[in-house]
Amino acid sequence: MNLTLKQRQIVWAYIFMLVPLLFFIIIRWYPTLQAFNVSFRDWNVFEGAGPWIGLDNYREIWKDLLKPRSAVRAAFWNTIRYVLYGVPSQLILGLGIALLLNHIRRFSGFFRAAYFVPYVTSAVAVAFVWNWLYQPQTGLLNQLLTFLGLPNQPFTKSPSQALQSITAVAVWQSLGFTVIIFLAGLQQIPEVYYEAARIDGANSWQLFWKVTLPLLNPVIVYLAVLSTISFLRLFALVQNMSPQGTGGPLKSTTTVVLEVYREGFSSYNMGYAGALTVILFFIILLITVIQLRLFTRRYEY
Amino acid sequence: MSHRKYFWLLSILMVAALLLTACPAPAQPAAPAEQPQEEAAPAEEAAPAEEAAPAAEAEAEPITIEYWQYNFGARVDAMNQLIEKFEAENPGIKVVHNADIPYAEFRDKIAASVPAGVGPDVATLFYGWQAAWIDAGYLVPLPEDEFPPEETLAQFSPMVQASFFEGKLWTLPTAVRTLALFYNKDLMEAAGLDPESPPQTLDELADMAVKCTQKDADGNFEVEGFVVDLAAQDHHWFREVLVRQFGGVPFSDDYTQVLWNGPEGKEAWRYLLSFKTELDTGDRDLFDGSTNAFLANKVCFHVDGSFRLGTIAKNAPDMNFGVVELPTRNGIKSTFGSYWTHGITKKAAADPARMEAAVKFLKFITSPEAGALWVKIVGELPAQLEAGSDPELLADPKLGAFARGLEYAHATFFVDESQQRQALIDAYDAVVLAGEEPDTALDIAAETVQELLDEFWASR
Repeated sequence: MNLTLKQRQIVWAYIFMLVPLLFFIIIRWYPTLQAFNVSFRDWNVFEGAGPWIGLDNYREIWKDLLKPRSAVRAAFWNTIRYVLYGVPSQLILGLGIALLLNHIRRFSGFFRAAYFVPYVTSAVAVAFVWNWLYQPQTGLLNQLLTFLGLPNQPFTKSPSQALQSITAVAVWQSLGFTVIIFLAGLQQIPEVYYEAARIDGANSWQLFWKVTLPLLNPVIVYLAVLSTISFLRLFALVQNMSPQGTGGPLKSTTTVVLEVYREGFSSYNMGYAGALTVILFFIILLITVIQLRLFTRRYEY
Repeated sequence: MSHRKYFWLLSILMVAALLLTACPAPAQPAAPAEQPQEEAAPAEEAAPAEEAAPAAEAEAEPITIEYWQYNFGARVDAMNQLIEKFEAENPGIKVVHNADIPYAEFRDKIAASVPAGVGPDVATLFYGWQAAWIDAGYLVPLPEDEFPPEETLAQFSPMVQASFFEGKLWTLPTAVRTLALFYNKDLMEAAGLDPESPPQTLDELADMAVKCTQKDADGNFEVEGFVVDLAAQDHHWFREVLVRQFGGVPFSDDYTQVLWNGPEGKEAWRYLLSFKTELDTGDRDLFDGSTNAFLANKVCFHVDGSFRLGTIAKNAPDMNFGVVELPTRNGIKSTFGSYWTHGITKKAAADPARMEAAVKFLKFITSPEAGALWVKIVGELPAQLEAGSDPELLADPKLGAFARGLEYAHATFFVDESQQRQALIDAYDAVVLAGEEPDTALDIAAETVQELLDEFWASR
């Protein structure tokens, strides 16, 4: 075969790309499609592929959703609450810290690193440290409360505080990433806009609302989508911070992904777990599409 | 590409990539599961082969069977010694021992390997998982000519009845565990109690637990008398011990009906809860649960299994503690027995030669001799009564209390142990954290478990 140098380079580029692509197809896409297949079957892990039962797994999930005390119902409801509490907190805190960091010059590298460290720390390690901080009576936070003369709090041990306590850790953990992306966004905004606005007599409040925020729109959309998805598939923190990893106390912290895991690997109902995964997949897809539609503005400044 | 199409494609890709990064998609574990097995097999195969070579003489190709258990130091040592002896006695059989799987992953690995056609010929499982494994068609019943049911039952502790299912014997253990009462002698002495006379009855336990509890000026626990922790062993203590001692039975004989929420069960339940709700002798959420609190010298009395002796020896070797049989009520003795048991898999049954080897191996590791070796290394009680009633064992200051429990121990038949336990944990939480009525909370738990049982039996 007579190939020009250019053509040969292209062929080689494809060959090199093939390896990660194959990896991706086998490790990511094949199991995904398989999850769809599993969700239509009566699939017990021991027996392998069970008989095709159509929508029975989905019907069973629907029935469980209608039961007042079911774990699946709690899981969907909790997942919504994680998103509602977590995403706004993460965006507002992230933007606030990014604005502060954008102003300081001294030690700015240190601060950025400090905020970013939790993001690259394993969720399991984070969970263990926070479990220790949240300990009743002996934990650091409760000792602080005692020192201040305030009553001790049960945090993750109480059905009314556990979800918020875990949300706080999740926000804390990914705050660094949010801050870095916001910082990048802030530094993209040309200084001339601020100068022009100042000449027109804008105060710093107006600068923020009329210049900074509109120009950050693409970054905000990007972060909102990402953090919504990450809260929708919250798993490791709950698995490691709730008693025995069960999403308790009293199912108050369980999430959809945790129920997928428990159904699949503790109760061996792979079909049911697969159907839950598929439902979650479509929920995330739907929410993402809605978010992108609603918040993406079609005009450029 | 139009804006809209691009937009959709982008969203789908983004969601899919992110969702799947963390999501334990059901089909995924099949791939990694084969890894440890493949890694372990050649390495371990090599070692015994060298030793067995002279003994094998000029026999035909030896049969290799695979044995799996989860990784727990002492168990692995003990099994290695048993395998060595077995191979010396049976030169034609080689046993590959795979114990590289951490406990937390053991069920997942088995679950992921078996559908892939790989895995053990003989596997060790918790007896409480047996129903699920049988239901899945994973185990085969033990051949009756090799393991006659009547004789076998007479030889083993009565709790081994839980290995029978629908009239057939499916698995057998080397060793079993029972529950007993651990007491911290130093804390008892500090509270003015006689450390040599631990509680004998349930009333004494409640009294002494109150006396042993110490709080500081702010009301924080310094010493907990007794901690109710259903996530530890107390759910077993409730079902198989307290319910019986208050005059009830936990289940109908055929295990189709939950009975532990009858009037006697409710009385037992209120007794158990009283440690938290009335006597205030401890809080499960402190010091990382009752077991860790006991190990940290913070708890006076603690219900736990014989397997905890090893943990104490390793993590709290200086603790001054004793063990007695569980407190009685109206003279009724009971304890909960549980065991890790060995079953033969479908894989072995597919080939008569392997099946024969697996049967020989199973017989060997469940013999009284194996039990006697096991108790020395692992500290678990021999499953065969012949070895369990050894006077030396009964006189042991720590193991003796557990060994005496062998003859009156009950093992619960579980459809799904973790869910059945969770139902009771939720009942406790509902009372303690959400202010539910104790009786109502117990009824809800019973209803949940009854549903599990109904579902299980309906599918048989």
